[in-house]
Amino acid sequence: MTSKPRSPSRRDFLRQSLVAVPAVSLLGTSAIAQTQSSTAATPAAAATATKYTPRYFTAPEWDFLQAAVERLIPPNEDGPSAVEAGVPEFLDRQMEAAYGHGGLWYMQGPFVPDAPATLGYQLRYTPREFYRKGIASVDSWCQKQHNQKFSALPAEQRDAILHQMEKGEIQLDDIPAVAFFTQLLANTKEGYFADPMYGGNRQMGGWKMIGFPGARADYADWIEQPGKVYPFGPVSIEGAKS
Amino acid sequence: MTRMKPVDVVLVGFGWTGAIIGMELVDTGLKILALERGAYRDTSPDFTYPHNADELAYGIRGELFQPLARETVTIRHNLNETAVPYRQYGSFLLGNNVGGAGIHWNGQHYRPSPEDLEFHSHISKRYGQKFMPEDMQIQDYGVTYDELEPFLDQFEYLCGTSGRAGNLNGEIKDGGNPFEGVRKREYPNPPVADNYGAKLFADAARSKGYKPFPQPSSNASRPYTNPHGVRLGPCNLCGYCERFGCFMYSKASPQTTILPVLMRKPNFELRTNSHVIKINLDSSGKRATGVTYIDAQGQQVEQPADLVIVSAFQMHNVRLMLMSGIGAPYDPKTGKGVIGKNYAYQMMSNVNVFFDKDVAINPFIGAGSGGNQIIDEFNSDHFDHGPHGFVGGGYILGGQTGGRPIQQLLVPPGTPAWGEKWKRAAKDSYLHTTGVQSHGSVMAYRDRYLDLDPTYKDAFGLPLLRITFDWHDNEYKMTQFLTDRAQEIADAMKPRQTSQTIRKPGGHYDVRQYQTTHTTGGVIQGTSPETSALNRFQQNWDVHNVFVTGASAFPQNLGYNPTGLIGGLTYMSVKAIRETYLKNPGPLVQA
Repeated sequence: MTSKPRSPSRRDFLRQSLVAVPAVSLLGTSAIAQTQSSTAATPAAAATATKYTPRYFTAPEWDFLQAAVERLIPPNEDGPSAVEAGVPEFLDRQMEAAYGHGGLWYMQGPFVPDAPATLGYQLRYTPREFYRKGIASVDSWCQKQHNQKFSALPAEQRDAILHQMEKGEIQLDDIPAVAFFTQLLANTKEGYFADPMYGGNRQMGGWKMIGFPGARADYADWIEQPGKVYPFGPVSIEGAKS
Repeated sequence: MTRMKPVDVVLVGFGWTGAIIGMELVDTGLKILALERGAYRDTSPDFTYPHNADELAYGIRGELFQPLARETVTIRHNLNETAVPYRQYGSFLLGNNVGGAGIHWNGQHYRPSPEDLEFHSHISKRYGQKFMPEDMQIQDYGVTYDELEPFLDQFEYLCGTSGRAGNLNGEIKDGGNPFEGVRKREYPNPPVADNYGAKLFADAARSKGYKPFPQPSSNASRPYTNPHGVRLGPCNLCGYCERFGCFMYSKASPQTTILPVLMRKPNFELRTNSHVIKINLDSSGKRATGVTYIDAQGQQVEQPADLVIVSAFQMHNVRLMLMSGIGAPYDPKTGKGVIGKNYAYQMMSNVNVFFDKDVAINPFIGAGSGGNQIIDEFNSDHFDHGPHGFVGGGYILGGQTGGRPIQQLLVPPGTPAWGEKWKRAAKDSYLHTTGVQSHGSVMAYRDRYLDLDPTYKDAFGLPLLRITFDWHDNEYKMTQFLTDRAQEIADAMKPRQTSQTIRKPGGHYDVRQYQTTHTTGGVIQGTSPETSALNRFQQNWDVHNVFVTGASAFPQNLGYNPTGLIGGLTYMSVKAIRETYLKNPGPLVQA
């Protein structure tokens, strides 16, 4: 259904990651130290962020995404920002997946966009179309109101516009602002917390921030020690470790 | 149309109930064919580590779910609305492929309370007919708990269910569920150890005078070999259970309990990519001659069979009966007709429990069901409903099934959904948060039902199933009562903060919020062809060689997860087929 990147064999995984676990603990980088230390992006990560060339999004759309997701999950000492975590790359790659093409949604008409909100998404747009329309609509609104594209506005003003979209206080041309905001926020959090093989959550920064061990998925030894702090940092599906 | 060689038994859909029926009939030597619209799937290579630990693919995009792009349902709140398609997953998650929803369930494995099976009789007797609102149409299953007990037991021993008996041959046991019906023997496996959230919940529940017990779980707590000789491994609490397959061979599924044996039998055949669209009837309309399906090439194929078992998911069973013209379609205006009648659901609420940083919940340590604690004081008719003015109830659960951050990250009430404050709250709360949940019943009502949608079609051009459903006051009262009790326990856990998710009067059924995949009814079993589609053996009243298994048979929904009851009813049904029906095909109950 989804096109899922395949990762190296289990053998490779074991060699790279599980075998390396004792080394991690021997080095004394306990989870507390890891989760409480600053996980802001390194210069290297920032450099990678600029290297990715979007396949689906156009240059103005790419500018919008950087400017928007950076406000949804902003940079600070708690952990990486959405841009530092690679969320725009994640979004672009999702647009190329079956998901982006609407392949996971029932997309037959007739469409009844004014159906009660409680009956769920009823717009005719696939995620690709939704982002294209949504970004153009927000940029056009910003141009009219502020004589600037969204990405050219200062951070406080972008925050204010995102708040207005969230509350449905803005009338956009082609799409309901709330629906577009909801979609953007959901996909941003996906990119921040999904396995790094999808392009976001770089260096597992989203996981490290909260203390989620990622793909470790084996806690048989820990269930009998309720309340004890889990000491290991995350691993990813492709065998990255912290 | 291609006509295949006749078989003795055809199974439509190959999930839990199809696998059980196939296995229980295979030693008769009959030629059994399972038609499954999806593909074959097994632990290896489909659910292996580390690929399985992929929240985006499985938990969010729904790799294991029925692709809605090809077929979904439509939903409306009442008879006057126009239904619109369920375009994205939210409220419930339809299964797909071999194993169906039996792959991505959590393994929460309950028995019904004895009164659940005779609910109408029981409520009328204890509270009087007038206690029920006029449009509530709850019914009896036509089966008593004592009759069903051996079959509930059989399913638990198949699955290697982990738990602790609370009523062993009438003796109430400490640490089990004191409200359960009589159990003839212990669970096959001891409970999975409590996760920390569950432990805190159980301590708080005991301080309020309740009797918490480990949630019965088909996540094996230790290595287990079931009666078919199939071996399950111990659960490692990986935190990837509901919405995921199990890479540990711990979660009971057709693949981990039956298929390794059944697939080798020479008189059993599984044909995948075979989508049944109709049950065919002879000219009398009283006997099925087999089914028609669409094969992998898109061609229609006729498959003759002497016995047709409709063993797909609840919604698909109802749709197939409607498309086949078996039984009178239900009419909500007159209350007459039976197919599509008594669609019901469940109503959940949550109390999220936030602790300070000195309490390490480690929410990622979680099994789908094992390790959580339950109280059952307010389920079924375990308490006097008289003063409360509603029917039904539910259990209250403490603990968590995992801490997958996209879906399961919780932030304290009042936190914005994004920005720096959200980020700080996510960081500060994640490791220190657990939950208390109520899992409530939904009764059946005259205006809540299933039929075929007049507008929307599936990928084959066939009508989608239409759901007409919204909450009734009885359920709002039920959930408020349960949530108040849940909140009291949560408060006794002495957290820093709590928040509630509860459905309140004036709202509507919201398909965007996941609640449960426990949709029920539409081909209900009962005591009379006037009010039910099936007799107590899940045999159609009109067409005796059609049996319909699964939660579509529930006359209303109970407060427990349905799989345990589904398994029990299936074993009872197939025993009657094997021992009585095959010797003398005809109605097993005279109308």
